[in-house]
Amino acid sequence: MNREEVRQAVVDILEDIAPDEDVSSIKDDISLREQMDLDSMDFLDIVMELRKRFNIEVPESDYQELVSMASCIKYLQPLLKDRQLAS
Amino acid sequence: MKRDWLKGANSAYDVVVIGSGLAGMTAANMLAKLGHSVLLAEHHYNMGGLATWFKRKGGHILDISLHGFPSGMVKTFRKYWTKEMADSVIRLKGIRFDNPQFKLITTFDKVDFTNILQERFGIVKEVIDDFFETARNMNFYDELKMTTRELFESFFPGRKDVWRFLMEPITYANGSTLDDPALSYGIVFSNFMDKGVFTYQGGTDELIKKMKKELIKNGVDIRTHCLVEKIHIEGKNVKGVKINGKDIECRSVLSNSNILSTIHKLAGDENFSSEFIKEVKKVRLNDSSCQVYIGIKKGEKIDNVGDLLFTSVAEEYDTEKILDKQVTSRTFSFYYPEMRPGLDRFAIVSSTNARFKDWANLSEEEYKIEKEKLIKSTLDALEKYVPDIRQKADYFEAATPKTFKRYTLAPTGTSFGTKFEGLKISRDLPKQINGLYHSGSVGIIMSGWLGAANYGVIVANEVDKFMRSLKNKIQEMAPTSV
Ligand SMILES: Cc1cc2nc3c(=O)[nH]c(=O)nc-3n(C[C@H](O)[C@H](O)[C@H](O)COP(=O)(O)OP(=O)(O)OC[C@H]3O[C@@H](n4cnc5c(N)ncnc54)[C@H](O)[C@@H]3O)c2cc1C
Repeated sequence: MNREEVRQAVVDILEDIAPDEDVSSIKDDISLREQMDLDSMDFLDIVMELRKRFNIEVPESDYQELVSMASCIKYLQPLLKDRQLAS
Repeated sequence: MKRDWLKGANSAYDVVVIGSGLAGMTAANMLAKLGHSVLLAEHHYNMGGLATWFKRKGGHILDISLHGFPSGMVKTFRKYWTKEMADSVIRLKGIRFDNPQFKLITTFDKVDFTNILQERFGIVKEVIDDFFETARNMNFYDELKMTTRELFESFFPGRKDVWRFLMEPITYANGSTLDDPALSYGIVFSNFMDKGVFTYQGGTDELIKKMKKELIKNGVDIRTHCLVEKIHIEGKNVKGVKINGKDIECRSVLSNSNILSTIHKLAGDENFSSEFIKEVKKVRLNDSSCQVYIGIKKGEKIDNVGDLLFTSVAEEYDTEKILDKQVTSRTFSFYYPEMRPGLDRFAIVSSTNARFKDWANLSEEEYKIEKEKLIKSTLDALEKYVPDIRQKADYFEAATPKTFKRYTLAPTGTSFGTKFEGLKISRDLPKQINGLYHSGSVGIIMSGWLGAANYGVIVANEVDKFMRSLKNKIQEMAPTSV
């Protein structure tokens, strides 16, 4: 996956777990929490979705890496580089 | 011939969930959606655990634990269940207090509480804001030493009236008292203050019916009348369960049975380290409840006197008095026709906190008499608010700690799991035995509809992680074995 595809994968997950939020206008460098109504349960959902979709295990100590779109991409891209975007 | 409630069940599942309380059902639903094969075993004929109801002749439907939950439940329904369930959540706006210290009505949210604390109790705005801020930011790790009493003492020294206003509803909502960790107060209080108190339109029966449908849709094998008698453990690994005398294999078990029953009865102490069991023995169960159910005659109406009414004749808030069999404090829940649209019926449920030991050792005769007394004193108290209640109602029944024990199998009929220390034990279970998990009312903060359901999700996440690690291991081994 390239950077754009990784971003899209995160967007897809966010759309799923926050179906009532407008995910299309998310700014990459601002924390997700400031732009959406996300609580700790939502972050848990992101972790579950990453496991389900890509078999990626995010340990609790790495949860902070998911704070913004930019940091998500930075953290996930090396883990997803050999993956195809799920169709 | 006795019916075989396990007829057609598989001989093995990925996960067996023991108990269909809100935690068990929510976890089962998540795990099935994540692709695991799930058996949900419930000993009772109904699902829901404490989230339950009963129907009686004359068209009465009575809810047990639908007095109110925080707005967070909307999101929980939306994400882990269905939008339809989320859309059925409605707000309760008339929360009343009536006690020797004050009488007032509130919408039970931060804005209204701030006004009341300022105008009625004369507290300075900065102190109120600071209190809300402190409650909201209670940190799981560092606030443990402070009790709720100390929290109140530091913000509202000597103001027993304020303490009562802030504490009494939470004592009903999670069984916590002034001597429990302030954090167990802060989390639940803040959850409610966020947007107020909510309920499920359609009633508990509607909700559980929809949940059952959703579980079936997602492939959960639901089995009622199925008592899990034993969790089979070999070495440090879960191997299966025994249900109604029959063995079923599984790699992991998520027990929604009480944490102490899970360890002592289902798993067996011999499977845990002695240090762990030593900690388990320190876990205190929460107290239980009594309820009186009052069904209003068909065609009769009662005036709107509020949705939730916290009444007390005790001079001050007092934990011992709240638990005493000589009841001085009661919470009345009023159910108006909006609750179950189309039925046009009214009902009232009175709840009091209670101790198991006060009810456990009565003879059958005494028990009956005591229940009658409870109904009578409840109606006496209710007459103050609904004067002609004895004419308007035609159905009366009482539940005691023994009743709660019988239906949920929870030791001493506990309404809200355990005191705070139970949470660590629940969390540490899988460190003792691979594949063994617990979820459900525990540690005060994981109780109530919202706490239980969300804890179900948290633990389902861990079970999923565990099951996937097993599957990955098998995959890694596969190439070498050909
Ligand atoms: C009187 C009362 C009023 C309440 N009011 C409210 C309220 O207004 N709002 C709110 O949010 N919360 C309320 N609560 C609390 C709330 O109902 C509970 O915290 C929540 O429902 C507990 O869910 P749980 O998942 O922990 O499991 P439980 O509801 O305890 O369910 C556990 C399930 O496991 C089953 N089980 C146990 N052992 C076995 C076994 N060995 N084999 C098979 N099945 C087994 C039981 O039968 C049960 O169905 C109230 C509680 C009480 C008692």
